[in-house]
Amino acid sequence: MLLEVKNLNAGYGQTRVLHGMDFAIEKGSITALLGANGAGKTTTLRALCAMVKTQGEVHFDGQRIDTRSTEDIVRLGVAHVPDGRGTFLNLSTEENLRLGAYTRRDRKAVDADLERVFGYFPRLRERRGQQAGTLSGGEQQMLAVSRALMLSPKLMLLDEPSFGLAPMLVKELFSILRDIREREGVSMMLVEQNAAMALDLADHAYLIETGRVVLSGTADTLKRDDSVRKAYLGY
Amino acid sequence: MTKRNFLVLLAVLVIACALPFLVSNYRTFQLTLVLVYAIALLGLNILTGYSGQISLGHGAFYALGAYVTAILMDKAGVPYWATVPAAGAVCLVAGFLFGLPALRLEGLYLALATFALGVSMPQLLKYHHLEKWTGGVQGIVIAKPEAPAFFPWVGLPLNSDRWLYFFTLAVALLMFALAWNLLRGRVGRALVAIRDQHIAAEAMGVNGALYKSAAFGVSAMYTGVAGALGAIAVQFVAPDSFNIFLSIVLLVGIVVGGLASISGALYGALFIQFVPNIADEISKAAPWAIFGVFMIGFVYLMPTGVAGAIRLLLAKRRSP
Amino acid sequence: MEAFLHQVMAGLATGGIYASLALALVMIYQATHLVNFAQGELAMFSTYIAWSLINAGMPYWPAFLLTVGISFLLGVLIERIIIRPVENAPVLGVVTVFIALLVILNSVTGWIYTYTIKSFPSPFPKEMSLGKYMSPHELGAIGITLLVLAALYVFFRFTPLGLAMRAAAQNPVSSRLVGIRVGWMLALGWGLAAAVGAVAGMMVAPIVYLDPNMMGGILLYAFAAALVGGIDSPMGAVVGGFVVGVLENVLGAFVIGNELKLSVALVLIIGVLLVKPSGFFGKVHVSRV
Repeated sequence: MLLEVKNLNAGYGQTRVLHGMDFAIEKGSITALLGANGAGKTTTLRALCAMVKTQGEVHFDGQRIDTRSTEDIVRLGVAHVPDGRGTFLNLSTEENLRLGAYTRRDRKAVDADLERVFGYFPRLRERRGQQAGTLSGGEQQMLAVSRALMLSPKLMLLDEPSFGLAPMLVKELFSILRDIREREGVSMMLVEQNAAMALDLADHAYLIETGRVVLSGTADTLKRDDSVRKAYLGY
Repeated sequence: MTKRNFLVLLAVLVIACALPFLVSNYRTFQLTLVLVYAIALLGLNILTGYSGQISLGHGAFYALGAYVTAILMDKAGVPYWATVPAAGAVCLVAGFLFGLPALRLEGLYLALATFALGVSMPQLLKYHHLEKWTGGVQGIVIAKPEAPAFFPWVGLPLNSDRWLYFFTLAVALLMFALAWNLLRGRVGRALVAIRDQHIAAEAMGVNGALYKSAAFGVSAMYTGVAGALGAIAVQFVAPDSFNIFLSIVLLVGIVVGGLASISGALYGALFIQFVPNIADEISKAAPWAIFGVFMIGFVYLMPTGVAGAIRLLLAKRRSP
Repeated sequence: MEAFLHQVMAGLATGGIYASLALALVMIYQATHLVNFAQGELAMFSTYIAWSLINAGMPYWPAFLLTVGISFLLGVLIERIIIRPVENAPVLGVVTVFIALLVILNSVTGWIYTYTIKSFPSPFPKEMSLGKYMSPHELGAIGITLLVLAALYVFFRFTPLGLAMRAAAQNPVSSRLVGIRVGWMLALGWGLAAAVGAVAGMMVAPIVYLDPNMMGGILLYAFAAALVGGIDSPMGAVVGGFVVGVLENVLGAFVIGNELKLSVALVLIIGVLLVKPSGFFGKVHVSRV
């Protein structure tokens, strides 16, 4: 298990959002976290990165990370693509990408990774000198994923990558994600409201409601589950 | 006002009236200055505590009030007691006018603009074209008011220092009562609404611009009245006594005393009048450094000031 | 005409100093959205340190460099120890802490060094062939200022650390997500600002003589410069500095007299805040309800 989470509680101020969540991510797999608005999906990803106050145990790659700071967790190989993309709007595309590799020492490998990232997203190469804030929504999403890749991460956390993107773009993005998993062996956790596409991409999935895991299994299992079908897949 | 508060107020008043007869003339003079500062701090509190606007330049309005008094008494022979409302009126207008453009500025920017005002005030006062009126660098000396002749029937000896004290006390009571009325009612609520959520307040029909300028004007008026009374007490005005440090002292006063509180003005005034003496004793050479340490200490440890801390203490005692 | 040119040149020289200090202010503002009211006193204190070193026998340029280094450390320490606890406090609290810092630095300096005016040496030769419109020191001051500004530009634009600092100032949350230690970036920013301020102080001291209150007026001009240029634009700060310097000198010499020069700063500040609060190079901010 790359990531193991036991009894995770988290919240904002006085409000508790996550109530004792348990889940795990296998190495090399893509796991989807599904749920309605307000279920706690974004909070879960934030909790993994210590962006909110948490209680409970989180083990990553054999180490306990729930007591560490965000910056340290990043250095262990966890790349978080936040909701809203978190682009550095006033910096150039290339500067955004290089920041993704900020914690890495190996200059040559970083340059090579930059080339690889442009290989996945050629449009970014065209716009490398452009100010990131002027990129379209789809391009900024590509940029966000690329920035995460520049860390050469073991685990990528993606918060609603399909948000605000046209369905064609989402298909394109998700197929690239599949590609990345095949070639780089990066594990991924995907938070999505778009359950159908997420379940097509993922191997495993968890369904959460009001901060609790209510269903877990392979993506196929969840696709066929009646309650999931009715509530989240629309048929 | 609750019965308990009323009794406390009465007790304080009785003590205030008795004090000048129990202590030396110099102490009475110091207490007069405490009252002066309290009025100034009340003014600054109206602006910063209730209206949420920061001023680092209120020393300039204090100076303005002081100079109005000095010039009226020295050049026009106006009796001292008449100069006080004049100083108030001038500062009300000046404050309102300054506040009109200032209301476009938020927090830090307003602090910057008023800081600039506070720093440049001494230079403005020393300007040689105005020297005929302001007395230039030398300033103006004011004659000390005499206690009026018809008071001896009270039976207690009333020298000039005591008389000045009671005069200042009377004005202070008037100003405090005025503020109390203003802030307890619609005006106070409007100001707080503007301070906390100005867009919502506007949406509810509160004219933010008008209230903010008016707040500036009123707060300047208070500080100007304080300046006038201060000038009368000290009998002297000179440009260099109204530099940026005066504005800083006033800021310290409301931070220590407590924001959005009328009693805070009194605590703050006691602090800024007497603590520099203590600071002097701790370090003869760098009293301001001690002051600065006090300031930081209060921001870290008692951000709501003495008044706020007392309020918290009382609240804790009432609910077990 | 000659007198006018002379004032313009002198204005450029002092303008360089205002530009440096304004840049220090903008650096801190960009990172924290706070105005460092104590920037002037910090610079003044650093200049006194240099004076002590020179007085103790150290030659000028080593003392200069050592002072810059010490100021850098001082800035870092002040941020970590005094500013960090109140970073998220309400505005009045933060302003109070800055003012307290101003007051403490001013008072401690006066205590250690007394208030008697001291002279501060200039590293530039007394006579030079260009001496018609500008003294060698004024020319040298402009040179040093431009050097410092160029160095900062290169640092921020072309080094990974500079990039990280820019990122941390613009978007602290995303910065954390790429592993940047935002707290230390802030401290570094303060260190750099303090170092730049020290240079400004050492350049201005030979002109106005060293005394604990020397930076008060200069700080005001630096504020005006930063606002004119745009409080979040480093380039604006630099341009603003030179503009303010020239304006101050020209208006002071020909229009309002030297006594009221500080009021130029006051009028500029209020004027800019009213007419174009984002300055000429700054970005207009739209705040969402």
